[in-house]
Amino acid sequence: MPSDPLVAQHVLEFPGGYTRTTGPVIGRFLSELRGRRIVGVRTKEGKVLVPPLEYDPATGEPVTGEYVEVGPAGTVTTWAWVAEPLENHPLDRPFAWALIKLDGADTALVHAVDAGNPKALAAGTRVWPAWSDHPTGHITDISHFVPEVTKIVSNVRSEYRLQAGGALRVFLEGIERGVFLGGRCESCAKVYVPYRMSCPECGSAIGETLELPDTGTITTFAINNLPDPRAPQVPFVSAYILVDNADVPMIALIGDVPAHEVRQGMRVKAVWVPESERTASMSNIRWFAPTGEPDVELS
Amino acid sequence: MRDVAIVAFAQTQHTDHDTGATEPELILPVINEVKERTGLKRFGFTCSGSCDYLAGAPFSFVSALDALAAWPPISESHVEMDGAWALYEAWVRLQHGDIDSALVYGFGKSSLGDLRTIMTIQLDPYYLAPLGLDLLSYAALQAGAVGADRKELDEIVRRSRADGRSNPYALDLPDPDDSEDSDGFAVQPLKKTDVPPITDGAAAIVLAAGDLARELCSNPAYIRGIAHRIEPHYLGMRDLALSASAADAARAAGVGKGPVEVAELHAQFPHEEIVLRRALELPGDTVINPSGGPLAANPVMATGLIRIGEAARRILDGDASRTVGHAAGGPCLQHNLVTVLEA
Repeated sequence: MPSDPLVAQHVLEFPGGYTRTTGPVIGRFLSELRGRRIVGVRTKEGKVLVPPLEYDPATGEPVTGEYVEVGPAGTVTTWAWVAEPLENHPLDRPFAWALIKLDGADTALVHAVDAGNPKALAAGTRVWPAWSDHPTGHITDISHFVPEVTKIVSNVRSEYRLQAGGALRVFLEGIERGVFLGGRCESCAKVYVPYRMSCPECGSAIGETLELPDTGTITTFAINNLPDPRAPQVPFVSAYILVDNADVPMIALIGDVPAHEVRQGMRVKAVWVPESERTASMSNIRWFAPTGEPDVELS
Repeated sequence: MRDVAIVAFAQTQHTDHDTGATEPELILPVINEVKERTGLKRFGFTCSGSCDYLAGAPFSFVSALDALAAWPPISESHVEMDGAWALYEAWVRLQHGDIDSALVYGFGKSSLGDLRTIMTIQLDPYYLAPLGLDLLSYAALQAGAVGADRKELDEIVRRSRADGRSNPYALDLPDPDDSEDSDGFAVQPLKKTDVPPITDGAAAIVLAAGDLARELCSNPAYIRGIAHRIEPHYLGMRDLALSASAADAARAAGVGKGPVEVAELHAQFPHEEIVLRRALELPGDTVINPSGGPLAANPVMATGLIRIGEAARRILDGDASRTVGHAAGGPCLQHNLVTVLEA
């Protein structure tokens, strides 16, 4: 009842914080943290307590004066996932609490792990500390832990200079003029487009070029959902088009038609860029668009 | 060793919200109830358990004494922990032999603040409290270490809430929804339904020694064993999947020396019941938390005392002849007290 006049807010607070002495053992640990080192203390029985305590909890004996640098990496033994962090939690995004056995330690340190999502953690996950920018000698000098590096992303990029010589140069010179050049094998009579210098079936040389029409029929197609700079939009259709009078289909984009309306047997015609913009490049052809003719029965 | 028995037990009808009652007002009815039951107006010793941080008022337990009749001066003590430890202190005091009765009570209003973060203050101030490690987070770390079967945990919550609904003092909580997906996590792997309810409440017990016990009560619940053990505070120095201190306390109290008909366990989270059942080596036919336990009502600082009171009540009512009451304190079952009661 926030409107009830007999309900009041009440805060318990130590203004400026509560000053505590650390003693030599905890003080040493916190001082080492300020230097971005994590140390444990050795017990008389030889175990390394991290974080250090004045007394061995197993025996009650005072610990020795031997401090051992541990970690900085460690292994998660137990963890809990906080999907909604509280105001005084170390991270303001979802994170895990974990018991972390630092390398060289015999006990586990409790701290936060920034793992992104709970699936990134398991008992046995290796973690490393992320230090705060200005360590002051406080447990929060370790801002949090992060999972060990187990994968990286490598960028690969090489540049090449390609030259269209031979049959491709002949074909592209045709494209610049606005015609598809193909070739007929003298020995097996197959017509290939784009133009090529030998027949892939019988190996015979192909001599003269043959001008083919810029109309054809879709034999098969694929709907692509990844963007491509040459495509009209996403999704776009790439198709095998059997150019009229040719025996082998040519791959090209389909445009001016919704992707789901494209079908096998559909009649299409090349859409050329205006004559003034033409170059010896396949970009001379925007794509193939439906002609509106009746579909062709494919054998 | 003197025979000491529980001769009366009373508890409030616990609430999940602040009714506006002050601490003395919360305690008064249960004190009066055990006074009426026993006919005693004064006690050889009085001891209480509470935590000032729940109310955020230093020495609030002192003003709570106003519910007692503290004049002429009484012999009184307080533990800043669950009332179960006040009972232990009173039991020790009765062993001195010069007094025969003791009043024990515990109380807490966890509705006043945010219990989840208030309990951070009990953690060590160098390594744990500055991280803001809260009650649900460290309980979830233990749940992760235990790695219990989800179905078993859900069944414990379902059983506890059902038992709580038939206990007039506990809260009426619905059956947990089985369809809850990952949205249901409080702190994974703890589901929201695994979290004990915020509860305000109090409880009182009267202890009597020697002949006085029989004079005050026809079926006194004799304390045949009582022991507490503690483990290192820091979570990383223990195996959280086990409770060595509960196991040790149970052995010292003699839990295994006879059949246990009923065990009331201070298990605030379902995985704690699994840990404790193993540590106390309770046989499969022992009825666990028929009151609903802390998952059905968790008046912090009285919850442990209520476990002992509920275990005693079975004997006072003549329903059982040997029961166990357990109380816990500190993060992740750090400190455990086990009481064996017999007719």
